[in-house]
Amino acid sequence: MALLDIRQRSGSLFLAVTLGQILLISAQVNSKTGVPVIEAVTFGIFSEVQRGLSGGFAGFRHVWTGYVGLRNLKVQNDALQRDLAVAQVAVQEQRALADRAGGLARLLDMREHLALKTVAAEIIGAAATPDFRTLTIDKGTREGLKADMAIIAPAGIVGRLVVPSLRSAKVQLLVDRNAAAGAIVERTRAQGVVVGAGDDRLRMEYVSEVFDIVAGDVVVTSGIDGIYPKGFVIGRVESVEKAGGAYKRIMIKPAVDFSSLEEVLVVLTPTPARQAVEGTSE
Amino acid sequence: MKAAGVILAVAVALALQTTAARFLVRGSIAVDLVLVVVVYVALTSGPATGLLSGTFAGLAQDALSSSVIGIGGLAKTLVGFLAGIIGTQFIVTASLPRFVVFFGATVLHAVVFMGLYVLLDLRHFGAPIGAVAGQAAANAVVGVVAFQLVELLPGAVERRRAGKSRMRR
Repeated sequence: MALLDIRQRSGSLFLAVTLGQILLISAQVNSKTGVPVIEAVTFGIFSEVQRGLSGGFAGFRHVWTGYVGLRNLKVQNDALQRDLAVAQVAVQEQRALADRAGGLARLLDMREHLALKTVAAEIIGAAATPDFRTLTIDKGTREGLKADMAIIAPAGIVGRLVVPSLRSAKVQLLVDRNAAAGAIVERTRAQGVVVGAGDDRLRMEYVSEVFDIVAGDVVVTSGIDGIYPKGFVIGRVESVEKAGGAYKRIMIKPAVDFSSLEEVLVVLTPTPARQAVEGTSE
Repeated sequence: MKAAGVILAVAVALALQTTAARFLVRGSIAVDLVLVVVVYVALTSGPATGLLSGTFAGLAQDALSSSVIGIGGLAKTLVGFLAGIIGTQFIVTASLPRFVVFFGATVLHAVVFMGLYVLLDLRHFGAPIGAVAGQAAANAVVGVVAFQLVELLPGAVERRRAGKSRMRR
């Protein structure tokens, strides 16, 4: 009877629900203290559901591709891809090493900076809405993960950790509209900020008109943001246009294919910039 | 019973959105399965159920995203309510009107969702017209196909049963 009454007064119900949500939004916008508790709790619970679903989905995919398809070739291919991933990570580290070795980094104690401590994590879910580009991974605070840790893949930078829970964590992809990273064009050393364009591309901002940048140039992390380690590949320049002001408009194709990611590495070693900030705050 | 069905449908859509959708979707054209479910429920059950399912689905999505909780809820509440009104005031049984409703609902959702974020200066979306149009078309296709499947399924089962009984005779 009560339900029937509510249905007959859908206009009043609409106003009440709308008002409630406006109050809810207002409460959150006014407070700027990290992650809302409701989000952390809901995420923690749902990530367990995602873990189960991902397991089932991965099992189904595994059966389909491993047994229904060409079984032996798939196994061989998986092994080769693992080897390639390891080799690509090594190349990334060598690139970072070469970058540092080329400059003032020779003066630093290399042993402290070269060996990045990482932990491998499997992707167990994606964003609940297509307007946000996030992923859920199967490692959390139990494995020592913290907010703002860098997430990398063999091909390059993936994003940063935003919401860690006990056994899982949410990762904001670099292509998300709210994501950004300090970047440098490898060939010309032009510095700027790479931001997500919302689709599968990135935009490099604040690069002066005076720099010579062409399509195909490799863009790497500069390390000044305190999140991403220096010298890791972000992507390649796709197009360069004059923005009209003092800066160029540069579009970048990310090195990582975000739609086919299955495993990532979480960088546990803090960047020198972050170490300096943490040291100052202590 | 109906509430349980709606909650189940939204939960399944959320699960599919967070697991299967990222393997099926490329680029900026991304289907919002949860929005499709909300519009479907609204068209078949009216404005009250539509707005409540929109509220539930939107708040669930907000809580699972790194977003302000309530913005997606508000957008989906409005969409569920208006789609429910359209479902009760107009005949929306052919594929084309349904396509138009799903398309319009996605555009309205995007306007409210992005509008609120821009209004509150929390997020900027650049020039999203292409992405929104792509998503609206994708949602509309999925919605129309879902309607067709749900309507054809009971008939197909009955025809199969009738065929089997004729074979026995």
